[in-house]
Amino acid sequence: MDLFSNLALGFDTAFTLQNMFYCFLGCILGTLIGVLPGLGPIATIAMLLPATYALPPTAALIMLAGIYYGSQYGGSTTAILLNIPGETSSVVTAIDGYQMARNGRAGVALFTAGMGSFFAGCVATLVLAAFAKPLSQMAFQFGSAEYFSLMVLGLIGAVVLASGSLIKAIGMIVLGLLLGLIGTDVNSGVSRYAFDLPELNDGIGFVAVAMGVFGFAEIMTNLEKKGQDEGFLNKMSTMIPTKTDVKRMVPAILRGTVIGSILGILPGGGAALASFGAYSVEKKTSKYSHEFGKGAIEGVAGPESANNAAAQTSFIPLLTLGIPPNAVMALMVGAMTIHEIQPGPMVMTSNPALFWGLIASMWIGNMMLIVLNLPLIGVWIQLLKIPYRYMYPAILVFCCIGVYTVNNTVFDVYITAAFGIAGYLFTKLGCEPAPLLLGFILGPMMEEHFLRALLLSRGDLSTFVTRPLSLGLLIAAALLVVAVTLPAVKKTREEAFVEE
Amino acid sequence: MEIRNQKDFGAGLMYVVTGLFFTFIAARQSMYSAPKMGPWYFPFWLGLLLTALGLVVLVKSLQAKTALEKIPPFDWKIIGLITGSVVLYGVLLPIFGFGLAIMVLVFTSSKASHEFGWKGTLINALVLALGSYLIFVFGLKLQFPLLPYFLQ
Repeated sequence: MDLFSNLALGFDTAFTLQNMFYCFLGCILGTLIGVLPGLGPIATIAMLLPATYALPPTAALIMLAGIYYGSQYGGSTTAILLNIPGETSSVVTAIDGYQMARNGRAGVALFTAGMGSFFAGCVATLVLAAFAKPLSQMAFQFGSAEYFSLMVLGLIGAVVLASGSLIKAIGMIVLGLLLGLIGTDVNSGVSRYAFDLPELNDGIGFVAVAMGVFGFAEIMTNLEKKGQDEGFLNKMSTMIPTKTDVKRMVPAILRGTVIGSILGILPGGGAALASFGAYSVEKKTSKYSHEFGKGAIEGVAGPESANNAAAQTSFIPLLTLGIPPNAVMALMVGAMTIHEIQPGPMVMTSNPALFWGLIASMWIGNMMLIVLNLPLIGVWIQLLKIPYRYMYPAILVFCCIGVYTVNNTVFDVYITAAFGIAGYLFTKLGCEPAPLLLGFILGPMMEEHFLRALLLSRGDLSTFVTRPLSLGLLIAAALLVVAVTLPAVKKTREEAFVEE
Repeated sequence: MEIRNQKDFGAGLMYVVTGLFFTFIAARQSMYSAPKMGPWYFPFWLGLLLTALGLVVLVKSLQAKTALEKIPPFDWKIIGLITGSVVLYGVLLPIFGFGLAIMVLVFTSSKASHEFGWKGTLINALVLALGSYLIFVFGLKLQFPLLPYFLQ
């Protein structure tokens, strides 16, 4: 069957020494940043992007992917042991996981998280492999109008499913779109908003924006809080769960996997949303719902499975349609572009080794992660003990180095500093930065498709609503907006984010 | 008319100003119109959209039934130190080279922490400068100005 021969090709590619090494490196790095609070996959991928220039594209993507789903694993470790969620998606794990740790059941909690994550990751990878081909064939039905509408849906989905004020988030998207347009327009050669600065003619580097808004701004807001980390590390007892544990754990893991797989594909979905959703589902369907908040094992198993499944399936829209469903995938688009791969349905046919190699490496990566995480928990905890006052200058150093190497000009460093201030301002004003990054990456693409659609329809704007697929997508986007502004959904949304 | 939600007021203001900025610059160029779209068509309308969104946010922040919300105070010292040390890094890198720039970056940025200590920072600076050299220059073979220019 086609799928098997493709997977064989994939494993062939993934099992080379070099690719295995980079997979391993990515997993370690991912786990590390998952464990360290304040440094997320977005900032790290942005930081490491320049370093991947020297690598062959397959190795680079494998490593970056490893970082992403590795961070999901790592985040749960600190969430359980220290009640510090290393990742937004681990916030939910911290609720019951930490309680389990306080009850002396840290080992079981960690085991549950690890097993759930592994199972979900494997299943989701299969989903990815199975659905890749049909989805990309559907993608060929997409003309420019459909692409534009899909991107609109993606952007709207991203804000709708995010927390905070809807209008301000849409505003951030538009702001990101505009910032992405700065530079020389590809279609006409006209320099836009560059004010005769030659460095701006190529546009603002998204590495600079990502590092400034997510890295620097985060550091600045962290420094303002003079809170202390209190971590007491309970002696870890056995890791093996009891029979009742397993009986409760398994259905939760299955449910979490399904939830995560679906939500990961949706635009705006992603690991965090998946874990929140799974927690709510577990709470509602569990016989032990009174235990939630005090150490219910389903409260760890469900969300952990969900966030790993979502991390894997969020690659689907990226690899098959070339559309990033969330900010991290937007950076992967950047990574692919740097390596001169055009993300989109063509990747499967023009670069099958890369495509299937990436998928195979996800499975390998999951295996590596389960090996890394359980025994090495003690090591990660030691790292957490490094005081923040040494940690954040290190982060600054790595960001500055990384940003410089993109173009070898210090101008980029200044731009990053400016975006650091901007990011700080955004936080103070209650504006979410993630939609900005999404809009920034998608801006030029959206414009291209928009103009091309109009060109093909000879200037007829109604083409976006007369073509059925495009109309359907736009209606879906509109429905999402309406649904969110309805009071009932608003309340559920606020509830889900109240623990953040 | 009282500013009820300061955060939203500020955000709305930011959107309006930015939106108008982009739109005005676009408007001064020749835009053509449908069917022949020029490179300023998209930014013009996006700028208007942003301005409109900003106005909505602004108005809502002034309404009587909106919850009162203040903007949390800006810590200018931290902003200045962190941003300043990054800019300083950019300035010093071509003049004094990689190692020195990193050490200065570590020192100035560390001052922003309320737990600052000279000895710890010095060790941190040395470790980071040396480590970065090993990883990025020696290991990954990235290009950097290494030595102060008067030594090159």
